[in-house]
Amino acid sequence: MMAKQLLSRLLGPVTLVLLALTIWLGLWVTPQDKIQGNLVRLVYVHPSVAWVALYVSFGTATIASVLYLWKRTRSMVVDRVAYCAMEVSVVFIALTLITGSIWGRPSWGVWWAWDARLTSTAILGVLALGYLALRRANDDPLLRARRSAVFAILAAINVPIIHFSVDWWKTLHQGATVFGPDRSIKIHGLMALTLFISFIGFTMLFFWILRARYRLEVRREMASNVTLDEALEARRREGALQ
Amino acid sequence: MIRTSLLVAGKDLRIEVRSRVLLWQVVPFGVIALLLCGLALGPAHAGSSSAGPGLYYLVMLLVTLLMINRSHVVERAPGTKSSIATLGLDPAGVFLGKSLALAVELWLTGLVLLAGAVLVLHTGLHGALIALPSIVVTLGALAAAGTLYGALTAGGETSATLLPVLALPAFAPLLIAGERSFYDALHGGELLGWWVIVVVALVAYVAMGILLYGVLDE
Repeated sequence: MMAKQLLSRLLGPVTLVLLALTIWLGLWVTPQDKIQGNLVRLVYVHPSVAWVALYVSFGTATIASVLYLWKRTRSMVVDRVAYCAMEVSVVFIALTLITGSIWGRPSWGVWWAWDARLTSTAILGVLALGYLALRRANDDPLLRARRSAVFAILAAINVPIIHFSVDWWKTLHQGATVFGPDRSIKIHGLMALTLFISFIGFTMLFFWILRARYRLEVRREMASNVTLDEALEARRREGALQ
Repeated sequence: MIRTSLLVAGKDLRIEVRSRVLLWQVVPFGVIALLLCGLALGPAHAGSSSAGPGLYYLVMLLVTLLMINRSHVVERAPGTKSSIATLGLDPAGVFLGKSLALAVELWLTGLVLLAGAVLVLHTGLHGALIALPSIVVTLGALAAAGTLYGALTAGGETSATLLPVLALPAFAPLLIAGERSFYDALHGGELLGWWVIVVVALVAYVAMGILLYGVLDE
Protein backbone atom coordinates (compact mmCIF):
# COMPACT_ATOMS: atom_id res chain seq x y z
CA MET A 1 0.00 0.00 0.00
CA MET A 2 2.85 2.33 0.95
CA ALA A 3 4.71 1.50 -2.26
CA LYS A 4 1.54 2.13 -4.29
CA GLN A 5 1.05 5.51 -2.62
CA LEU A 6 4.71 6.40 -3.18
CA LEU A 7 4.47 5.44 -6.87
CA SER A 8 1.29 7.45 -7.18
CA ARG A 9 2.94 10.51 -5.62
CA LEU A 10 6.09 10.17 -7.72
CA LEU A 11 4.21 9.83 -11.02
CA GLY A 12 3.71 13.58 -11.49
CA PRO A 13 7.20 14.81 -10.54
CA VAL A 14 8.97 12.04 -12.51
CA THR A 15 6.82 12.85 -15.56
CA LEU A 16 7.72 16.54 -15.32
CA VAL A 17 11.43 15.74 -14.97
CA LEU A 18 11.37 13.44 -18.01
CA LEU A 19 9.49 15.99 -20.12
CA ALA A 20 11.87 18.76 -19.02
CA LEU A 21 14.79 16.49 -19.94
CA THR A 22 13.22 15.85 -23.35
CA ILE A 23 12.88 19.60 -23.96
CA TRP A 24 16.47 20.30 -22.87
CA LEU A 25 17.99 17.45 -24.86
CA GLY A 26 15.70 17.98 -27.84
CA LEU A 27 16.18 21.74 -28.17
CA TRP A 28 19.75 22.35 -26.99
CA VAL A 29 21.85 19.18 -26.82
CA THR A 30 20.94 17.02 -29.83
CA PRO A 31 22.34 18.03 -33.24
CA GLN A 32 20.48 19.38 -36.24
CA ASP A 33 19.62 17.06 -39.12
CA LYS A 34 21.67 17.26 -42.31
CA ILE A 35 18.56 17.66 -44.49
CA GLN A 36 15.77 18.82 -42.18
CA GLY A 37 17.82 21.15 -39.97
CA ASN A 38 16.03 22.20 -36.77
CA LEU A 39 12.77 20.67 -37.99
CA VAL A 40 14.10 17.29 -36.90
CA ARG A 41 13.53 18.33 -33.28
CA LEU A 42 9.85 17.58 -33.79
CA VAL A 43 10.86 13.92 -33.79
CA TYR A 44 11.10 14.17 -29.98
CA VAL A 45 7.45 15.22 -29.73
CA HIS A 46 5.36 13.99 -32.66
CA PRO A 47 6.11 10.22 -32.60
CA SER A 48 5.82 10.07 -28.79
CA VAL A 49 2.47 11.89 -28.83
CA ALA A 50 1.27 9.61 -31.65
CA TRP A 51 2.48 6.56 -29.67
CA VAL A 52 0.38 7.62 -26.70
CA ALA A 53 -2.63 8.54 -28.87
CA LEU A 54 -2.79 5.36 -30.92
CA TYR A 55 -1.33 2.62 -28.77
CA VAL A 56 -1.25 3.63 -25.10
CA SER A 57 -4.50 5.54 -24.64
CA PHE A 58 -6.59 3.90 -27.36
CA GLY A 59 -5.07 0.55 -26.35
CA THR A 60 -6.00 1.17 -22.69
CA ALA A 61 -9.55 2.08 -23.70
CA THR A 62 -9.84 -1.03 -25.89
CA ILE A 63 -8.42 -3.40 -23.26
CA ALA A 64 -10.69 -1.91 -20.59
CA SER A 65 -13.65 -2.32 -22.97
CA VAL A 66 -12.79 -5.98 -23.58
CA LEU A 67 -12.51 -6.46 -19.82
CA TYR A 68 -15.92 -4.88 -19.39
CA LEU A 69 -17.54 -7.19 -21.90
CA TRP A 70 -15.92 -10.26 -20.34
CA LYS A 71 -18.35 -11.19 -17.58
CA ARG A 72 -15.64 -12.23 -15.09
CA THR A 73 -13.98 -8.83 -15.13
CA ARG A 74 -17.08 -6.70 -15.73
CA SER A 75 -17.21 -3.69 -13.42
CA MET A 76 -17.89 0.02 -13.57
CA VAL A 77 -14.21 0.60 -12.75
CA VAL A 78 -13.03 -0.74 -16.11
CA ASP A 79 -15.85 1.12 -17.87
CA ARG A 80 -14.69 4.33 -16.22
CA VAL A 81 -11.06 3.60 -17.19
CA ALA A 82 -12.15 3.04 -20.81
CA TYR A 83 -14.08 6.32 -20.87
CA CYS A 84 -11.30 8.37 -19.28
CA ALA A 85 -8.63 6.80 -21.51
CA MET A 86 -10.71 7.54 -24.61
CA GLU A 87 -11.16 11.14 -23.53
CA VAL A 88 -7.39 11.54 -23.08
CA SER A 89 -6.92 9.77 -26.41
CA VAL A 90 -8.97 12.49 -28.16
CA VAL A 91 -6.55 15.12 -26.81
CA PHE A 92 -3.48 13.14 -27.89
CA ILE A 93 -4.92 12.39 -31.35
CA ALA A 94 -5.55 16.12 -31.79
CA LEU A 95 -1.97 16.84 -30.67
CA THR A 96 -0.68 14.20 -33.10
CA LEU A 97 -2.49 15.86 -35.98
CA ILE A 98 -1.40 19.36 -34.92
CA THR A 99 2.29 18.47 -34.46
CA GLY A 100 2.19 16.46 -37.70
CA SER A 101 0.69 19.42 -39.49
CA ILE A 102 3.37 21.76 -38.12
CA TRP A 103 6.00 19.32 -39.40
CA GLY A 104 4.18 18.82 -42.72
CA ARG A 105 3.95 22.50 -43.68
CA PRO A 106 7.70 23.09 -44.21
CA SER A 107 8.40 19.51 -45.31
CA TRP A 108 5.57 18.96 -47.81
CA GLY A 109 4.50 22.56 -48.38
CA VAL A 110 0.96 22.00 -47.06
CA TRP A 111 -0.71 21.83 -43.64
CA TRP A 112 -2.78 18.83 -44.70
CA ALA A 113 -2.22 16.17 -47.34
CA TRP A 114 -4.46 13.28 -48.42
CA ASP A 115 -1.90 10.91 -47.03
CA ALA A 116 -2.95 7.45 -45.82
CA ARG A 117 -1.60 7.89 -42.28
CA LEU A 118 -2.96 11.41 -41.82
CA THR A 119 -6.39 10.47 -43.09
CA SER A 120 -6.63 7.27 -41.06
CA THR A 121 -5.48 9.11 -37.90
CA ALA A 122 -8.10 11.81 -38.48
CA ILE A 123 -10.72 9.07 -38.89
CA LEU A 124 -9.59 7.56 -35.58
CA GLY A 125 -10.03 10.98 -33.98
CA VAL A 126 -13.59 11.21 -35.29
CA LEU A 127 -14.25 7.68 -34.02
CA ALA A 128 -12.96 8.66 -30.57
CA LEU A 129 -15.27 11.71 -30.61
CA GLY A 130 -18.07 9.37 -31.69
CA TYR A 131 -17.35 7.24 -28.61
CA LEU A 132 -17.82 10.28 -26.38
CA ALA A 133 -21.02 11.21 -28.25
CA LEU A 134 -22.32 7.65 -27.79
CA ARG A 135 -21.72 7.86 -24.05
CA ARG A 136 -23.60 11.14 -23.81
CA ALA A 137 -26.53 9.70 -25.78
CA ASN A 138 -27.26 6.95 -23.22
CA ASP A 139 -28.46 7.73 -19.70
CA ASP A 140 -28.66 4.18 -18.42
CA PRO A 141 -25.14 3.45 -17.05
CA LEU A 142 -25.21 -0.28 -17.91
CA LEU A 143 -26.48 0.25 -21.47
CA ARG A 144 -23.97 3.07 -21.92
CA ALA A 145 -21.09 0.93 -20.70
CA ARG A 146 -22.06 -2.02 -22.91
CA ARG A 147 -22.56 -0.01 -26.07
CA SER A 148 -19.46 2.09 -25.66
CA ALA A 149 -17.37 -1.02 -24.97
CA VAL A 150 -18.56 -2.61 -28.22
CA PHE A 151 -17.92 0.62 -30.11
CA ALA A 152 -14.39 0.97 -28.70
CA ILE A 153 -13.55 -2.54 -29.91
CA LEU A 154 -14.99 -1.81 -33.37
CA ALA A 155 -13.08 1.49 -33.54
CA ALA A 156 -9.83 -0.25 -32.58
CA ILE A 157 -9.84 -1.99 -36.00
CA ASN A 158 -8.54 1.33 -37.33
CA VAL A 159 -5.34 1.21 -35.21
CA PRO A 160 -3.55 -1.55 -37.21
CA ILE A 161 -4.69 0.17 -40.42
CA ILE A 162 -2.94 3.37 -39.24
CA HIS A 163 0.15 1.44 -38.15
CA PHE A 164 0.63 -0.37 -41.45
CA SER A 165 -0.66 2.47 -43.67
CA VAL A 166 2.86 3.74 -44.39
CA ASP A 167 3.91 0.28 -45.63
CA TRP A 168 0.67 -0.56 -47.49
CA TRP A 169 0.09 2.69 -49.37
CA LYS A 170 3.52 4.37 -49.43
CA THR A 171 2.09 7.91 -49.60
CA LEU A 172 3.77 11.09 -48.29
CA HIS A 173 4.27 10.17 -44.63
CA GLN A 174 7.67 8.69 -43.85
CA GLY A 175 8.05 5.08 -42.75
CA ALA A 176 8.78 3.89 -39.21
CA THR A 177 11.22 6.18 -37.36
CA VAL A 178 12.77 3.69 -34.94
CA PHE A 179 12.18 0.27 -36.44
CA GLY A 180 11.76 -0.27 -40.17
CA PRO A 181 9.90 -3.26 -41.62
CA ASP A 182 13.28 -5.08 -41.64
CA ARG A 183 13.62 -4.42 -37.85
CA SER A 184 16.75 -2.29 -38.36
CA ILE A 185 17.15 0.67 -35.96
CA LYS A 186 17.14 3.95 -37.89
CA ILE A 187 18.06 6.41 -35.13
CA HIS A 188 21.23 6.38 -33.02
CA GLY A 189 23.18 7.87 -30.11
CA LEU A 190 21.92 10.94 -28.30
CA MET A 191 18.96 11.31 -30.67
CA ALA A 192 17.82 7.78 -29.87
CA LEU A 193 18.24 8.42 -26.12
CA THR A 194 16.22 11.65 -26.29
CA LEU A 195 13.52 9.92 -28.29
CA PHE A 196 13.45 7.09 -25.73
CA ILE A 197 13.12 9.55 -22.80
CA SER A 198 10.38 11.37 -24.69
CA PHE A 199 8.44 8.11 -25.21
CA ILE A 200 8.67 7.25 -21.50
CA GLY A 201 7.82 10.85 -20.47
CA PHE A 202 4.72 11.12 -22.64
CA THR A 203 3.56 7.63 -21.63
CA MET A 204 3.85 8.64 -17.97
CA LEU A 205 2.06 11.90 -18.75
CA PHE A 206 -0.83 9.86 -20.11
CA PHE A 207 -1.07 7.77 -16.95
CA TRP A 208 -0.82 10.91 -14.80
CA ILE A 209 -3.67 12.58 -16.70
CA LEU A 210 -5.67 9.33 -16.72
CA ARG A 211 -5.35 9.01 -12.93
CA ALA A 212 -6.50 12.59 -12.40
CA ARG A 213 -9.38 12.20 -14.89
CA TYR A 214 -10.45 8.94 -13.27
CA ARG A 215 -10.57 10.56 -9.84
CA LEU A 216 -12.58 13.44 -11.26
CA GLU A 217 -15.02 11.02 -12.86
CA VAL A 218 -15.51 9.14 -9.57
CA ARG A 219 -16.21 12.45 -7.80
CA ARG A 220 -18.58 13.56 -10.57
CA GLU A 221 -20.53 10.30 -10.25
CA MET A 222 -20.62 10.66 -6.47
CA ALA A 223 -21.85 14.23 -6.78
CA SER A 224 -24.58 13.27 -9.26
CA ASN A 225 -25.66 10.38 -7.01
CA VAL A 226 -25.82 12.69 -3.99
CA THR A 227 -27.91 15.14 -5.98
CA LEU A 228 -30.26 12.35 -7.06
CA ASP A 229 -30.59 11.06 -3.48
CA GLU A 230 -31.28 14.57 -2.26
CA ALA A 231 -33.90 15.09 -4.96
CA LEU A 232 -35.60 11.81 -4.05
CA GLU A 233 -35.57 12.76 -0.38
CA ALA A 234 -37.13 16.14 -1.23
CA ARG A 235 -39.90 14.42 -3.23
CA ARG A 236 -40.53 12.05 -0.33
CA ARG A 237 -40.82 15.00 2.03
CA GLU A 238 -43.25 16.69 -0.40
CA GLY A 239 -45.32 13.47 -0.48
CA ALA A 240 -45.35 13.26 3.30
CA LEU A 241 -46.61 16.87 3.56
CA GLN A 242 -49.47 16.18 1.14
CA MET B 1 -28.09 -20.04 -36.18
CA ILE B 2 -28.60 -20.36 -39.97
CA ARG B 3 -32.31 -21.16 -39.49
CA THR B 4 -32.76 -18.13 -37.23
CA SER B 5 -30.91 -15.90 -39.67
CA LEU B 6 -33.12 -17.04 -42.57
CA LEU B 7 -36.23 -16.46 -40.45
CA VAL B 8 -35.15 -12.93 -39.46
CA ALA B 9 -34.02 -12.07 -43.00
CA GLY B 10 -37.34 -13.34 -44.39
CA LYS B 11 -39.26 -11.26 -41.84
CA ASP B 12 -37.32 -8.06 -42.62
CA LEU B 13 -37.61 -8.55 -46.38
CA ARG B 14 -41.34 -9.28 -46.14
CA ILE B 15 -41.80 -6.03 -44.21
CA GLU B 16 -39.91 -4.18 -46.97
CA VAL B 17 -41.94 -5.81 -49.73
CA ARG B 18 -45.21 -4.89 -47.99
CA SER B 19 -44.24 -1.36 -46.95
CA ARG B 20 -42.41 -0.58 -50.24
CA VAL B 21 -40.22 1.98 -48.46
CA LEU B 22 -37.21 0.77 -50.45
CA LEU B 23 -39.00 1.19 -53.77
CA TRP B 24 -40.76 4.49 -53.16
CA GLN B 25 -38.39 6.29 -50.80
CA VAL B 26 -34.86 4.88 -50.70
CA VAL B 27 -34.26 4.21 -54.41
CA PRO B 28 -35.69 7.63 -55.46
CA PHE B 29 -33.47 9.25 -52.81
CA GLY B 30 -30.43 7.46 -54.28
CA VAL B 31 -31.33 8.57 -57.81
CA ILE B 32 -31.81 12.17 -56.68
CA ALA B 33 -28.49 12.10 -54.81
CA LEU B 34 -26.74 10.74 -57.92
CA LEU B 35 -28.26 13.50 -60.06
CA LEU B 36 -27.27 16.13 -57.49
CA CYS B 37 -23.69 14.82 -57.58
CA GLY B 38 -23.73 15.28 -61.34
CA LEU B 39 -25.13 18.80 -60.97
CA ALA B 40 -22.51 19.66 -58.32
CA LEU B 41 -19.73 18.58 -60.67
CA GLY B 42 -21.20 20.59 -63.55
CA PRO B 43 -21.91 19.44 -67.11
CA ALA B 44 -18.25 19.53 -68.11
CA HIS B 45 -17.16 17.09 -65.39
CA ALA B 46 -20.28 15.04 -64.66
CA GLY B 47 -19.54 12.75 -67.58
CA SER B 48 -16.00 12.08 -66.40
CA SER B 49 -15.73 8.42 -65.45
CA SER B 50 -12.88 9.18 -63.00
CA ALA B 51 -15.43 10.70 -60.58
CA GLY B 52 -18.10 8.05 -61.17
CA PRO B 53 -16.91 5.31 -58.76
CA GLY B 54 -16.42 7.75 -55.86
CA LEU B 55 -19.80 9.40 -56.35
CA TYR B 56 -21.49 6.01 -56.70
CA TYR B 57 -20.09 4.84 -53.36
CA LEU B 58 -20.82 8.16 -51.68
CA VAL B 59 -24.48 7.86 -52.66
CA MET B 60 -24.48 4.21 -51.58
CA LEU B 61 -23.17 5.24 -48.13
CA LEU B 62 -26.03 7.73 -47.74
CA VAL B 63 -28.51 5.08 -48.86
CA THR B 64 -26.93 2.62 -46.40
CA LEU B 65 -27.50 5.05 -43.52
CA LEU B 66 -31.18 5.32 -44.46
CA MET B 67 -31.49 1.55 -44.71
CA ILE B 68 -29.77 0.92 -41.37
CA ASN B 69 -32.16 3.31 -39.64
CA ARG B 70 -35.06 1.62 -41.40
CA SER B 71 -33.80 -1.84 -40.42
CA HIS B 72 -33.85 -0.91 -36.72
CA VAL B 73 -37.07 1.12 -36.84
CA VAL B 74 -39.00 -2.04 -37.73
CA GLU B 75 -37.72 -3.58 -34.48
CA ARG B 76 -39.24 -0.72 -32.46
CA ALA B 77 -42.83 -1.83 -33.12
CA PRO B 78 -44.56 -2.57 -29.80
CA GLY B 79 -43.83 -6.06 -28.55
CA THR B 80 -41.12 -6.93 -31.10
CA LYS B 81 -38.21 -6.82 -28.63
CA SER B 82 -40.05 -8.80 -25.99
CA SER B 83 -41.22 -11.35 -28.59
CA ILE B 84 -37.64 -11.95 -29.74
CA ALA B 85 -36.52 -12.25 -26.12
CA THR B 86 -39.34 -14.70 -25.33
CA LEU B 87 -38.59 -16.82 -28.40
CA GLY B 88 -34.99 -17.13 -27.27
CA LEU B 89 -33.59 -16.50 -30.73
CA ASP B 90 -29.83 -16.83 -31.10
CA PRO B 91 -28.44 -13.23 -31.24
CA ALA B 92 -25.81 -14.30 -33.77
CA GLY B 93 -28.60 -15.61 -35.99
CA VAL B 94 -30.56 -12.39 -35.57
CA PHE B 95 -27.46 -10.40 -36.55
CA LEU B 96 -26.82 -12.55 -39.62
CA GLY B 97 -30.48 -12.36 -40.62
CA LYS B 98 -30.68 -8.59 -40.32
CA SER B 99 -27.35 -8.23 -42.17
CA LEU B 100 -28.55 -10.53 -44.94
CA ALA B 101 -31.81 -8.62 -45.35
CA LEU B 102 -29.93 -5.30 -45.39
CA ALA B 103 -27.42 -6.71 -47.88
CA VAL B 104 -30.21 -7.84 -50.24
CA GLU B 105 -31.78 -4.36 -50.06
CA LEU B 106 -28.41 -2.72 -50.69
CA TRP B 107 -27.65 -5.03 -53.61
CA LEU B 108 -30.97 -4.16 -55.25
CA THR B 109 -30.45 -0.42 -54.70
CA GLY B 110 -26.82 -0.77 -55.78
CA LEU B 111 -27.87 -2.33 -59.09
CA VAL B 112 -30.32 0.49 -59.85
CA LEU B 113 -27.74 3.14 -58.96
CA LEU B 114 -25.06 1.36 -60.99
CA ALA B 115 -27.34 1.62 -64.01
CA GLY B 116 -27.82 5.28 -63.06
CA ALA B 117 -24.06 5.82 -62.87
CA VAL B 118 -23.60 4.27 -66.33
CA LEU B 119 -26.35 6.48 -67.72
CA VAL B 120 -25.77 9.79 -65.91
CA LEU B 121 -22.08 9.75 -65.03
CA HIS B 122 -21.04 7.87 -68.22
CA THR B 123 -19.31 5.14 -66.25
CA GLY B 124 -18.25 2.45 -68.74
CA LEU B 125 -20.73 -0.48 -68.85
CA HIS B 126 -18.00 -3.09 -69.38
CA GLY B 127 -15.96 -1.79 -66.42
CA ALA B 128 -19.11 -1.58 -64.28
CA LEU B 129 -19.82 -5.24 -64.98
CA ILE B 130 -16.24 -6.18 -64.06
CA ALA B 131 -16.64 -4.17 -60.83
CA LEU B 132 -19.93 -5.90 -59.97
CA PRO B 133 -18.44 -8.74 -57.81
CA SER B 134 -16.42 -6.23 -55.75
CA ILE B 135 -19.52 -4.04 -55.35
CA VAL B 136 -21.48 -7.07 -54.09
CA VAL B 137 -18.79 -7.87 -51.47
CA THR B 138 -18.35 -4.22 -50.42
CA LEU B 139 -22.09 -3.72 -49.98
CA GLY B 140 -22.21 -7.00 -48.03
CA ALA B 141 -19.50 -5.69 -45.69
CA LEU B 142 -21.40 -2.38 -45.38
CA ALA B 143 -24.54 -4.33 -44.45
CA ALA B 144 -22.72 -6.30 -41.72
CA ALA B 145 -21.02 -3.20 -40.31
CA GLY B 146 -24.24 -1.20 -40.61
CA THR B 147 -26.26 -3.78 -38.70
CA LEU B 148 -23.75 -3.58 -35.84
CA TYR B 149 -23.69 0.21 -35.79
CA GLY B 150 -27.47 0.32 -36.07
CA ALA B 151 -27.76 -1.86 -32.96
CA LEU B 152 -25.28 0.41 -31.17
CA THR B 153 -27.41 3.50 -31.72
CA ALA B 154 -30.89 1.95 -31.70
CA GLY B 155 -33.58 3.07 -29.31
CA GLY B 156 -32.34 6.46 -28.19
CA GLU B 157 -33.85 9.80 -29.09
CA THR B 158 -30.63 10.77 -30.86
CA SER B 159 -30.14 7.56 -32.84
CA ALA B 160 -30.81 9.21 -36.23
CA THR B 161 -28.05 11.79 -35.71
CA LEU B 162 -25.70 9.52 -33.79
CA LEU B 163 -25.63 6.80 -36.45
CA PRO B 164 -23.81 8.85 -39.15
CA VAL B 165 -21.29 10.14 -36.59
CA LEU B 166 -20.37 6.61 -35.55
CA ALA B 167 -20.82 4.72 -38.81
CA LEU B 168 -19.40 7.03 -41.48
CA PRO B 169 -15.79 7.05 -40.16
CA ALA B 170 -15.95 3.27 -39.82
CA PHE B 171 -17.26 2.98 -43.38
CA ALA B 172 -14.38 5.08 -44.75
CA PRO B 173 -11.98 2.14 -45.40
CA LEU B 174 -14.78 0.33 -47.24
CA LEU B 175 -15.54 3.45 -49.26
CA ILE B 176 -11.86 3.76 -50.25
CA ALA B 177 -11.43 0.07 -51.09
CA GLY B 178 -14.73 -0.10 -52.97
CA GLU B 179 -14.03 3.08 -54.92
CA ARG B 180 -10.50 1.98 -55.81
CA SER B 181 -11.58 -1.47 -56.97
CA PHE B 182 -14.38 0.08 -59.08
CA TYR B 183 -11.93 2.63 -60.51
CA ASP B 184 -9.36 -0.08 -61.30
CA ALA B 185 -12.08 -2.19 -62.94
CA LEU B 186 -12.88 0.77 -65.21
CA HIS B 187 -9.27 1.56 -66.00
CA GLY B 188 -7.75 -1.93 -66.09
CA GLY B 189 -5.77 -1.61 -62.83
CA GLU B 190 -4.76 -4.18 -60.22
CA LEU B 191 -7.91 -5.41 -58.43
CA LEU B 192 -6.51 -8.02 -56.03
CA GLY B 193 -5.24 -5.69 -53.25
CA TRP B 194 -8.60 -3.92 -52.89
CA TRP B 195 -10.44 -7.21 -53.09
CA VAL B 196 -8.41 -8.47 -50.13
CA ILE B 197 -9.37 -5.40 -48.06
CA VAL B 198 -13.12 -5.69 -48.72
CA VAL B 199 -13.13 -9.46 -48.12
CA VAL B 200 -11.16 -9.05 -44.85
CA ALA B 201 -13.57 -6.27 -43.80
CA LEU B 202 -16.57 -8.48 -44.59
CA VAL B 203 -15.15 -11.40 -42.59
CA ALA B 204 -14.11 -9.12 -39.69
CA TYR B 205 -17.51 -7.40 -39.39
CA VAL B 206 -19.44 -10.69 -39.67
CA ALA B 207 -17.20 -12.24 -36.98
CA MET B 208 -17.52 -9.17 -34.72
CA GLY B 209 -21.27 -9.14 -35.22
CA ILE B 210 -21.63 -12.82 -34.33
CA LEU B 211 -19.55 -12.24 -31.18
CA LEU B 212 -20.91 -8.87 -30.04
CA TYR B 213 -24.52 -8.56 -31.22
CA GLY B 214 -25.73 -10.57 -28.25
CA VAL B 215 -24.01 -8.14 -25.85
CA LEU B 216 -25.83 -5.20 -27.47
CA ASP B 217 -29.14 -7.02 -27.28
CA GLU B 218 -28.76 -8.07 -23.61
